[in-house]
Formats: sequence, C-alpha cells, structure tokens
Amino acid sequence: MTDMIVGEETRKIEASLEELRGLVTERAMTGETMLLNMGPHHPSTHGVLRLLLELDGEEIVTCLPDVGFLHTGIEKNIEDKTYEKGVTLTDRMDYLSPMSNNMVFCMAIEKLVDLDVPERGQVIRVICLELSRIASHLVWLGTQAIDLGAMSVFLYCFREREKILDMFEMLSGQRMMGSYFRPGGVWRDLRPEFLPALEAFLEDFPRRVDDYEALLTKNPIWLDRTQGIGIIEPDMALALGLSGASLRGSGVNWDIRKATPYSGYEKYQFNVPLGEHGDVYDRFLCRIYEMRECMKIIRQAVDNLPDGAFRSDDRKFVPPPRRELGQSMEAVIHHFKLWTEGFSAPDEEVYVAIESPRGEIGCYLHGTGGNKPRRVRFKTPSFMHIQALEHMAPGHFIADLVAMIGSVDIVLGDCDR
Amino acid sequence: MQIPTPLDAVEHLKAQMPDAVDDVHIFRDETTIIILPENVPAVLRFLRDTPGLVYNYLSDISAVDYYPDYSRPARFGVSYHLYALLYSRRLRVKTFVDEDESIPTVTSIWPGANWLEREIIDMMGIPFADHPDPRRVLMPKDWDGHPHRRDYPLGYETVQFSFNIEEIMKHKPFAKE
Repeated sequence: MTDMIVGEETRKIEASLEELRGLVTERAMTGETMLLNMGPHHPSTHGVLRLLLELDGEEIVTCLPDVGFLHTGIEKNIEDKTYEKGVTLTDRMDYLSPMSNNMVFCMAIEKLVDLDVPERGQVIRVICLELSRIASHLVWLGTQAIDLGAMSVFLYCFREREKILDMFEMLSGQRMMGSYFRPGGVWRDLRPEFLPALEAFLEDFPRRVDDYEALLTKNPIWLDRTQGIGIIEPDMALALGLSGASLRGSGVNWDIRKATPYSGYEKYQFNVPLGEHGDVYDRFLCRIYEMRECMKIIRQAVDNLPDGAFRSDDRKFVPPPRRELGQSMEAVIHHFKLWTEGFSAPDEEVYVAIESPRGEIGCYLHGTGGNKPRRVRFKTPSFMHIQALEHMAPGHFIADLVAMIGSVDIVLGDCDR
Repeated sequence: MQIPTPLDAVEHLKAQMPDAVDDVHIFRDETTIIILPENVPAVLRFLRDTPGLVYNYLSDISAVDYYPDYSRPARFGVSYHLYALLYSRRLRVKTFVDEDESIPTVTSIWPGANWLEREIIDMMGIPFADHPDPRRVLMPKDWDGHPHRRDYPLGYETVQFSFNIEEIMKHKPFAKE
C-alpha cells in the first residue's frame, strides 16, 4: 500500500493486498516477494497491456495480465448499425491486419444471408489477406527485435511494410483502415497501378526476408535470448486456446486455411511451417517461413486472377454500381433501400473462423430477422494469447517476459475490442 | 497410427447420454446441440474425450441476450464453439439461462476457458459456478452494469451547457478539493 500526500491529508491510493489474495502466493503477503506493476505504458507491452508481476529477485513467480484499457465497445456498437456499416468498425480491432477482421465479419454476414462471392472477388481477397499477413508479421518481427535490442531490423521491416500500405492505399484509398472487403466481395476492382506495384514487391521482398534472416536467425545473441524461453507444450497450447503461429510453434499442425479452406484457399499450394520445441525461437521461425509461404500464395493468386465481377450482383444485398443509377429506376430503389435501411438477415446464428496473422479470429453473428444484428462477437487470438502469458511466464526473468510477449504476437486492440 | 472413424456427434451423444440432449438445430450446415446448463461440463468432457469425436479445441464461448424477445427458453443463450482438430469439424453446444442463473464452469476441462467465461461474467452478467477467478476482465472493477445486455443503452455523454455544468461535474471521477 502506498501513501500519497495530497495537500494536508494523506490518502491511500492503491488497491490493498487483500484483493490479490489467492491470485498471488502467500509469500507476497509477507513482503518476501515483490509485486511490480509493468505497463500499461511500458514500451515492450505492445500497447496498453498491464502485467502485475510477483518477483523473487528478478525471477517471475506469478504474472497477472490485466487488459481492457483499449476496450472501445466495438461489438456493442455494431449491434446498433446495419450489417454493411459494421464493417468499418471491424477495421479498428486488430489494427495491424484490418483486412482479416473485415474478412471474418463479411464471411459471417455472407453465411447468415447466404450470399456468394464471385471468383475474382475471392482471389482479390486472398491477395489482400496474404499481403496484410506479411505486413502484420513485419510489424511483429520489427517490434520483437527491438524489444530484444536489435534496432535496425525494426527500421528495415517498417520500410517494407510501407510498400504494402501504399498498395492498400491504391486499392481502398486508405493505408490502414480501408474497409475494402464488403459483404459479397470487395468495394471496387483492382486499380491499374496495383498489379505492377505488387509485381515489384514480389520481386524485391524475398531478398529482404533473407536480410532479416541473416541478421537474426543464426545470430548468437538472438539465439541466447529466444531458445528455451517461454516453452509451451502442445497439449497445454491447445487447452489454453492458442492458435496460429503461436500454436504451430509448439508443433500442432492446425492452419485454418488448410483444415477448413475458405475463399478458395484449397486451390493454392503452400506449406504450413511447424515448430518443434514450442519456444520463442520456434515461433519466430514459423512466422518468418510463413512470410515466404505468403509470397507463394500471392504469386499463384496473381497468375490465376480470373476476369469477371469482383462483387456479387445480388441486388438484395449489394448496392448497384453508380453507372446504373442514371438509367434504371430499380437500381435507384435498391440503392436507396440498401443505404438507408440495409438488408435483413434471419434470426439465426452462425460462427465463422479464419486464419488471421495472429491465429484463429472467429465471428459469432446472431441476426434478429431485421436489419441490425442481435449480437456480434469476435473471438480474437490476442485475448487467448495474453491469457497464456500467465502460464508461460513463471520461472523466467523479466527480460525474457519481454521476449514472450513479443513471441505470441499480441495486438491490444484485437484483445480488448 | 490408426485414426478412429468419425462418429456423428448428435447420434452418439443421444445414445450415450439420452437425458442430456434437449434439442438439435441445424442452420447452414452448422449443428447446434441444445442442452441444459447443469449438463455443460459433462457433455463437453464427453465430446472431448470420446474417440471418434475428440472435440479437443474450445474456439469460443459466446453469449447472446434475447431480451426483449421471449420466444426462447430463457433470456440468455450461451454457445460453446468446439473444434475437432483430428476431423476438422465444428460443433456448437448451446444452453439457455435466465438472469442470476449460473452455469458450471468448464475451466477444469480447458484452462483457456477462464478468460472467455470472465468476459461473459463481465459483459453479460451471467455467473459461472465455481469459477476460479470471477473478476471483471475488460471493464473497470467498479463499473455498474453489464454492457452487452440488450437493455443496456449505448449511451452518450451529456452535452455541457452553463445551466447543467455543475450537475455534470458532480459525477466526474477526478479529484475534488
């Protein structure tokens, strides 16, 4: 308990130890171990994560993550909007890969109202998803490296990410929060300048990944800091609900793109990298190799990009293109109906999950029969991964905790929604 | 290694635990098994441990508030989204509870359910019996109400004018002299 002098009177400003009884060991009650607050403004907590640490010397005895600082009520807000308007809010959850959030929400809507996406729309979606996977992994790699003291990797990663954001700007007019995916396809077709930019990126990027690997993969300091740290056994990883590369680092072969393909992922040839030891280093390798696999998928998608519609032409759900409005009364009616009232979805529930860069992001969508959802819930990988820190941290040093936080790849906006 | 042939979850559950299954609902190829709240841990453990089913991954626990629609068995629906890695298939187990009615926790089956249940305690106000750590997870600990209930307003801040500023300032949490 801390005493703070405010003017003349003394006030107790911190929570009492009693509140933590049962959560920390008895040794903390007597003052034998130290309680230390890490965050929510600590630079290596990747946002606003607060960790309450119980320390024996520098060794962690218990780690209690505290989240919710970035809770913005996105799920509640979507309940008050029509389906298509909700897409804009999903961008703001996992702000490092907004496309994955758009995707899972659009897929849930499409499943609920039974709407198909034309093939070109699906392939464009795959290109965008894989690009945002690379962009997200680049931020992860840069921040993980800077947390462990390798400054230059961070700068290199952000240089490459910039190119991807430029491409997103070409597509949607926005660098990050594009809301490019819409129910039934994507907002507009690929711009003419997009494919040349993508070709240049595909040409350049493999060399860059080699650079990162040259800097880190066999770097003895990097190995010292990451090998044998934060080991999580495959059984425990599954029971804790880990997913994505954090789970595959433990050797569990589960990639939703392979297991239950969506958006035509079954047509692409790619490998799913698996770790062996489940430590920070294996998770690092998994993500590095995943970036190379993303390149393969994008290559195949660009080569087989079909012509045709990029968005469904089901006028009950998809607004007509601008050019029809001057000629067709029916188009005007559909336009007006869809942008004011929106479309209705049945009073049923669906659950859709996709592989986001961080892991399984799921959307549980319950309609009302009307134009607004009854309940939207996002199962987000970061939420589960932060929970797992509680089980990974004990027995390690604080410096290693920083490596662990980076290795499970969390985004607090994704966690708190 | 021999992989046991996949079984149909609904039929197998009906055969082995005839009292447990209340209803089965299928929508867009998603199967929902509706059970009573007190059967939740037993049914989930059965689904996880039976060879041929092995729903060993708890994807999500989602709660929905049906207020003010009274056509459902109870006010809240709580869905457990299960996934079987071996057979790549999903299953939803759903239960209905009324206000202040509790559901037994499944943290002993999946430790990862801890925070998922805490979020429902926090945002929906559905208690989970024997939960090891039933604190709020997203909202501050002194928060009033459960934001994801349908009768909880979205809420806006009152616009300040000279006539109401004193009334508004009274409720602001910052320090006063």
